[in-house]
Amino acid sequence: MKSNMKTLLLMSLVFIIGFSITGCNDKPTLNVYNWGDYIDTDLITEFEDEFGVSVNYDKFATNEDMYVSIAKGGTSYDVAFPSDYMIERMIEEDLLVKINKDNIPNMKYIDNKFLNLSFDPNNDYSVPYMWGTFGIIYNKAMVDDAVDSWDILWDQKYKGQILMLDSQRDSIGVALKKLGYSMNTENIDELQEAKEELVKQKPLVYAYVGDEVKELMVGEEAALAVVWSGDAVTMINENKNLEYVIPKEGTNIWFDNMVIPKNAKNKELAEEFINFLNRPEIAARNTEYIGYSTPNTAAKELLPKEVINDKVAYPSDEELENTEVFLDLKDMLKVYDELWLEIKSHR
Amino acid sequence: MKMKWTSYPYLLWIIIFILVPLVLVLLYAITATEEHISNLEFTLDNFNRFLDPKYFDVLWVSVKLALQSTVMTLILGYPIAILIAKEKPSKRNILISLFIIPMWMNFLLRTYAWLTLLGKNGIINFIISQLGFGPLDLLYNDGAVLLGMVYNFLPFMILPIYSVLVKIDNSLMESAEDLGANKFQVFTKITLPLSIPGIITGITMVFMPAVSTFVISRLLGGGQYMLIGNLVEQQFLWVGDWHFGSAISIIMMIFILLTMAITAKFDTQKKGSRGLW
Repeated sequence: MKSNMKTLLLMSLVFIIGFSITGCNDKPTLNVYNWGDYIDTDLITEFEDEFGVSVNYDKFATNEDMYVSIAKGGTSYDVAFPSDYMIERMIEEDLLVKINKDNIPNMKYIDNKFLNLSFDPNNDYSVPYMWGTFGIIYNKAMVDDAVDSWDILWDQKYKGQILMLDSQRDSIGVALKKLGYSMNTENIDELQEAKEELVKQKPLVYAYVGDEVKELMVGEEAALAVVWSGDAVTMINENKNLEYVIPKEGTNIWFDNMVIPKNAKNKELAEEFINFLNRPEIAARNTEYIGYSTPNTAAKELLPKEVINDKVAYPSDEELENTEVFLDLKDMLKVYDELWLEIKSHR
Repeated sequence: MKMKWTSYPYLLWIIIFILVPLVLVLLYAITATEEHISNLEFTLDNFNRFLDPKYFDVLWVSVKLALQSTVMTLILGYPIAILIAKEKPSKRNILISLFIIPMWMNFLLRTYAWLTLLGKNGIINFIISQLGFGPLDLLYNDGAVLLGMVYNFLPFMILPIYSVLVKIDNSLMESAEDLGANKFQVFTKITLPLSIPGIITGITMVFMPAVSTFVISRLLGGGQYMLIGNLVEQQFLWVGDWHFGSAISIIMMIFILLTMAITAKFDTQKKGSRGLW
């Protein structure tokens, strides 16, 4: 009996230790939820040191999986970085809190172009973080045709050398643009046509990828890829054979903003973090590190000339003429989900 | 039966981490909306939705790939298990740990390693092109996914077969030989029948994770493979339809239970001996 008691005690101890191992930190904690490869991590350490807090940093791969974790997951985040259409949806579904702009004086550095956009008309809920486009990156040594249209992604010549984004909005959007339709279409026939295009393209596609696209393109494992502009900057820095093009049919222009979810536990600290990331010198360092385009004018002035003059990150107004912002699809989302499943499971 | 004191922590463990989640999955599968728990709406719609041919295709592809990898691990694993079991005990342990040591490494890491090996500019293609052949497409196709499964699950086939084989009394083989059986007859009449429990365990241990995998198919299949595991993952992480996702999980569980029941039946018919685990 005695030894039985001992075993029981031992096992209970294991349980207790196991359950209590979390939460023995008395510093205030900030839970940040950001895209992968989307911040200079040194800045997080600096923020921790300056404010005497600890930051929990989690990453997501698409707007959709970020949405699901915030809407349904048990974890509460204090700051998240969704894109335009997802912000619209989250406001609609009452998942965000209004930001107290008095706590974010550095918002004055944000270019007016990026404020009061249709997804958040008064910027009550979101503060701009980065913006960009998506287009085609290609390897000049492997592609000898002129790349100026989405059509090249359907060219038999490049079978097995094309990388597409593993993200339904973006990939269906590419097909819609190729066909000359809006990326926000709610017309079932147009969407069906786009699906057929992607099914037709599937045998040519090497893989549908996320962040791996960078290693694959830099390592010359593929010739063409659909990528976001900031990633293109990083890739071109690492492999000079690469070039980024916004196709003539037009593309998507996107804005990633910082928001505070409704179930945030530390709203003031979240605002402090947003303000911190908008300090010109901090924003400049961050922008230079990740390669995306900053909406912060004061930060932009601090950037080296070659960065500002880079047409990939800061395209001219005429290049942006054909671009569209994604809108929240509301009930049409189900149709997109179904189509994407049909594309992915087609063999 | 009165349970011992010491079993309580395990009981608690089972309730918290097995029973409660299972009940929750079942509850999600048979309900529709995310209303408050007081007015749950029960429905079988989630299961009806699966009857669509496109989901059957997904199931079929998953089962086919899982069966292929099970057969291949068996063909590869059985001879290896015999060879190891025939060695001297000291050498045996070294050989078997050669199969276990890679499992100390993280499963994801091992799968990622294949990406660099199989890539167009990877080591394997480098060797092939040095020998004067053009680079081959090794990655992001059926072969790559199958290779990933066979590679990751091979130890699960070898270990149970090996542990049954080493326990077979050597005198059985010797007496068979004394009675005039040749090597082939010894194998078919003695070794093979006695190792069936190990084979059955191996088959279930490989088939189960293979049919439900989503990581291998995504990494080595380049996102072009929608297997049943990917479907569940997609419903939970991207679409956010936990009800349909749970229904698919239940269907998958039923499927696995069925295959286990079939293999178990095959097992008892043969010898009346039980599986290893």
